[in-house]
Amino acid sequence: MSKELTFDSAVAKKYKKSFKERFVIFIKKNWIGYLFLAPFLILFTIFTVIPVIYALGLSFTNYNMLQAATWAGVDNYRLLFLDDSVFMTAISNTLTFSIIVGPTGYLMSFFAAWVINQLKAKRAFALAFYAPSITSGIAMSTVWLVAFSSDRQGYINNFLINLGFIDQPILWNTDPNYIMTVIIIIQLWMSMGTGFLVFLAGLQNVDRSLYEAGAIDGVKNKLQELFYITLPSMKPQLLFGAINSITGSFGVFEIATQVAGMPSPQYAGHTIVAHLYDYAFMRFQMGYASAVAVVLFVMTFVLGKVVMKLLSSKDE
Amino acid sequence: MIKIKWFKGQWIHITFANIALYTIMGLLVCFTALPLVYLVSTAFKPLDELFLYPPQFIVRKPTTQNFTDLFMSLNSSSVPFIRFTFNSVIITVGIVAATVVVSSIGAYSLVKFKPPGGKRIFDLVLMALMFSPHVTKIPSYMVVNKLGLIDTYWALLLPSIAVAYNFFLMKQFCEQYPDELIEAARIDGSGELRIFLKLVMPALGPAWSTLIVFSFVSNWNDYFSPLIYITSQAMKTLPLALQTIAGGAATASIGRAGAVAASGLLMTLPTIVIFTLMQSKVMETMTYSGIKG
Repeated sequence: MSKELTFDSAVAKKYKKSFKERFVIFIKKNWIGYLFLAPFLILFTIFTVIPVIYALGLSFTNYNMLQAATWAGVDNYRLLFLDDSVFMTAISNTLTFSIIVGPTGYLMSFFAAWVINQLKAKRAFALAFYAPSITSGIAMSTVWLVAFSSDRQGYINNFLINLGFIDQPILWNTDPNYIMTVIIIIQLWMSMGTGFLVFLAGLQNVDRSLYEAGAIDGVKNKLQELFYITLPSMKPQLLFGAINSITGSFGVFEIATQVAGMPSPQYAGHTIVAHLYDYAFMRFQMGYASAVAVVLFVMTFVLGKVVMKLLSSKDE
Repeated sequence: MIKIKWFKGQWIHITFANIALYTIMGLLVCFTALPLVYLVSTAFKPLDELFLYPPQFIVRKPTTQNFTDLFMSLNSSSVPFIRFTFNSVIITVGIVAATVVVSSIGAYSLVKFKPPGGKRIFDLVLMALMFSPHVTKIPSYMVVNKLGLIDTYWALLLPSIAVAYNFFLMKQFCEQYPDELIEAARIDGSGELRIFLKLVMPALGPAWSTLIVFSFVSNWNDYFSPLIYITSQAMKTLPLALQTIAGGAATASIGRAGAVAASGLLMTLPTIVIFTLMQSKVMETMTYSGIKG
């Protein structure tokens, strides 16, 4: 050390070397980590990051997919928030929808996984419960659209008329008062599969010995076991499920259009993604559609960060 | 409370609460399984029953005519049907295998090696997860086109491997794997790749079997990617081929309705098989050799 202090040039050399050394140490220490990450990172950058950045850029342009994009600054955003009243309807519909479907679907899929995990013949139960996710298109067109059909033949109208609750069939998918409710019910039922399966897998990962330890420490019933042992051990899956519910419920679109059409009567079933789709693939205004995507992204990302704070595991 | 001897010498206790629970779950599950019942029964319906409204869930006079119809219309196409099946199998299996390997090893590295910048990378993954896929479709097409992959298997394979969602799923499960076990293996002199393959992956069974199910279901049924990336007839996958040959649900002509019903069942069968195969792994109880994290 004292040697280095006496010769300035030597210090410089030493420093240079030590920087190089530090670099070597850094590589030595981390190369395996980066190597393991490399395949994912390379593909992810090419096929996901670049398109997302491209779309971000498009949101500041006018682009109709035929002519080259022209710079528009923040015009798209200004238009979106100040002049597009349909977009406001879309935001309010999406929020209403998400506030109901997100938490409800989340709790229901966890509860189903928790209960089914304790039943005999849980495999048969699990398959039946996951069935709507496997057969989504068929489930939609054969069960739900017929169930909520607006004529007397629709299962639900038929049932209600037979019981004498109503005289006239309810126009489930054309009456703006009912559209949202119908979409909520269908989406709840169709979207639970993913969370359900992740929770089911997560339940197996809870350390069995914790339950034995819990029994000794005075855990009396299943409910106490759930709150003191199972839930804290499943934080990673709970977080995944929560993010999944957020992106799923904010991204609702297909079911809404299948139920109510596009555009829906008085925009009663118009969601943010429906608005996006409308501009992207019907009016070919990619720039404007990208701006809608950015707004949606900011909303879900902020909410996602909050949820991560609440459910983060120890090292985050 | 009644005690009944279950097979394998186990006792089950029948209580009122138990009966209520099984009844409620049974009813719920009957309800969620409706589309499955419908799918199977519809494939065997004769033509007149297919057009009943409202549709009947159970077939009255089962027939295999629909399957014969389907194969007739498939044989009339210029490309042999087996080619589409081959395309679909190769691509789906390829994507699923690659995404499991790439996401697991990447997520494991992020969680356990904590390379500098890892947090940024994860933030990026999260952002990608939340960015609406609808607006990135055209940029994605441009990328695939620039790389000269249009109308190749690579165009269907590569973009579907490094999916943010899959990475996130694997990362969450990796977090639960106890560090102590990795440390112990390192002290024993195991290489990092060996630790990952022999120790971590077997323990993450529920995680990657869940991933296999998700990935298989979505890629097997993927209709959009081949639609935009594939131009030649021989490169098409099953969903797209069935759509054009048998006439999809949207354009179903009356004569082809039976073929559509049969193809619906045949398309769904592999996903049900995969789910059934994987679910024993999903529900496999994990033991970390008694070490508490």
